[in-house]
Amino acid sequence: MYTTDLSGKDKKKSEPIPLAQEDPALLAAFEARVANDEFIEPKDWMPEAYRRTLVRQISQHAHSEIVGMLPEGNWITRAPNLRRKAILLAKVQDEGGHGLYLYAAAETLGTSRAEMIEALHSGRAKYSTIFNYPTLTWADIGAIGWLVDGAAIMNQVPLQRTSYGPYARAMVRVCKEESFHQRQGYEIMMALAAGSREQKRMAQDALNRWWWPSLMMFGPPDDKSPNTEQSIRWRIKRETNDELRQKFVDVSVPQAEAIGLRIPDKKLRWNEARGAYDFGEIDWEEFYSVVRGEGPVARERMAARVKAWDEGAWVRDAAQAHAAKRAAAKLAAE
Amino acid sequence: MAAPPPLAAYALRLGDDSLILGQRLSEWCGHAPALEVDLSLANVALDLVGQATHFLGVAGEVEGKSRDADALAFKRDVLDFTNCLLVEQPNGDFAQTIARQFLFSHFQELLFDALTGSSEPRLAAIAAKAVKEVTYHAQLASDWVVRLGDGADESKARMSAGLDWMWRFVDELFAMDALDNTLLKQGVAIDKAQLRPAWDARIESVLADAMLSRPAQRRPVLGGREGHHSEHLGHLLSEMQFLQRAYPGAMW
Repeated sequence: MYTTDLSGKDKKKSEPIPLAQEDPALLAAFEARVANDEFIEPKDWMPEAYRRTLVRQISQHAHSEIVGMLPEGNWITRAPNLRRKAILLAKVQDEGGHGLYLYAAAETLGTSRAEMIEALHSGRAKYSTIFNYPTLTWADIGAIGWLVDGAAIMNQVPLQRTSYGPYARAMVRVCKEESFHQRQGYEIMMALAAGSREQKRMAQDALNRWWWPSLMMFGPPDDKSPNTEQSIRWRIKRETNDELRQKFVDVSVPQAEAIGLRIPDKKLRWNEARGAYDFGEIDWEEFYSVVRGEGPVARERMAARVKAWDEGAWVRDAAQAHAAKRAAAKLAAE
Repeated sequence: MAAPPPLAAYALRLGDDSLILGQRLSEWCGHAPALEVDLSLANVALDLVGQATHFLGVAGEVEGKSRDADALAFKRDVLDFTNCLLVEQPNGDFAQTIARQFLFSHFQELLFDALTGSSEPRLAAIAAKAVKEVTYHAQLASDWVVRLGDGADESKARMSAGLDWMWRFVDELFAMDALDNTLLKQGVAIDKAQLRPAWDARIESVLADAMLSRPAQRRPVLGGREGHHSEHLGHLLSEMQFLQRAYPGAMW
């Protein structure tokens, strides 16, 4: 899954060195490499603002993977058959794996995983708004795979060519797994849409609830996304929010039609001249309120993360204490 | 209801052990003490659900009543589940989960290793694949027993308490009954009682490394193989089977 574009929404700590104060020669060389589509690696010189933007983006992405385990994890113990249970377990485990290597990618920029997790738990760091919506029925697991992972793929495919090497390489692996996630979600929806009246109702209801939040995953409209231009120039982003959102709509509408589900948007219609779907206005007030932490289950999500972390403290302490004891014993034996 | 063929009942026991423990472990998903732990517990759960699918598939096939693995997993009530009591014990804290895994996986590894020589080819084939997975489970659990036992004071106390909680259910793992003995004569089943010394030696060795002592022997609690379970299993099933029960006949 992927973090919503929340550019500029993290509470500011200290300001990074402004671009204007960076060494002009180093900056020019850096800009030239990026413009030339070269990868920037951890040991290379980079402007502080670039480093900060990346840490924010990659850690938000990592947090989204971890928090994103919760809504789907909610249904593992209730999956309807053994095959679905195994697939869902594997999928949620993949999300955890994505979180792990995204944290590792962010750590190459000099911020530790502990610091990032602390920022998440204290509310300083954000994660994708989509995970602050509840999974009420089994169909939500289908809708998440189909729409949320579908939106994630739209967002992430261009990031395989992002300018920061470790992030780009992590994305290559993430994208492979996400396309499997998307297919399994759509397959769940197909089965429900072809099922009993109750199952069809579940599927349509899930689409009704997840459609608009999925469109919001692409972030604010381009004219309200202040960092987009800079991020595109630095190849941290490769397409704008609105471009990606349009792509997502154009791909998803026929998928819904193919299984007899209705997209909950009265203004949705094919625009022959644009060769794309026109669609209704997104409720941006809802988006910004969810970004502020007022999503329906935002409190539950964060409480669950903090509880797991706090209750696991003695385990992590023990592992460290044990490693230290063994290291000391080894040293003494040498 | 007529008793199922012995082979079906035997495969059911093997499948139920894996299924119920897999279900328990999957409760951790997203809530483990560290990300790496979350991934490894999910991995073990996934292996166990896979084993269950295979064993229950054989049980259904041999039974010959058109029940597949899903029908057996989702449409039986407690009296027809024949897993051991150990695997259905609640997760408790992480130490209790590890204690359960440690005691069970070492048993399961020895069992599957022996089962690869079973005269029943379907069971032997499942065991041959699964024994590799279970060797990893036993290693993972042993590593945590050592880390927690020989870590900090709190972890040591919790690890001891976890082992103490689970120890009542150990004897049942090795108990032989009429079904085991019938199939043992045919070369299908394993003499579990004979696995005990090897199991004891493994457990002792890890506990020594972990600076932990073996819990005091108590009166064993038995009954799982006859369908007499702890109070916990009914709750586990009501959660696991909810969709199949609420929407009978639906395809998912």
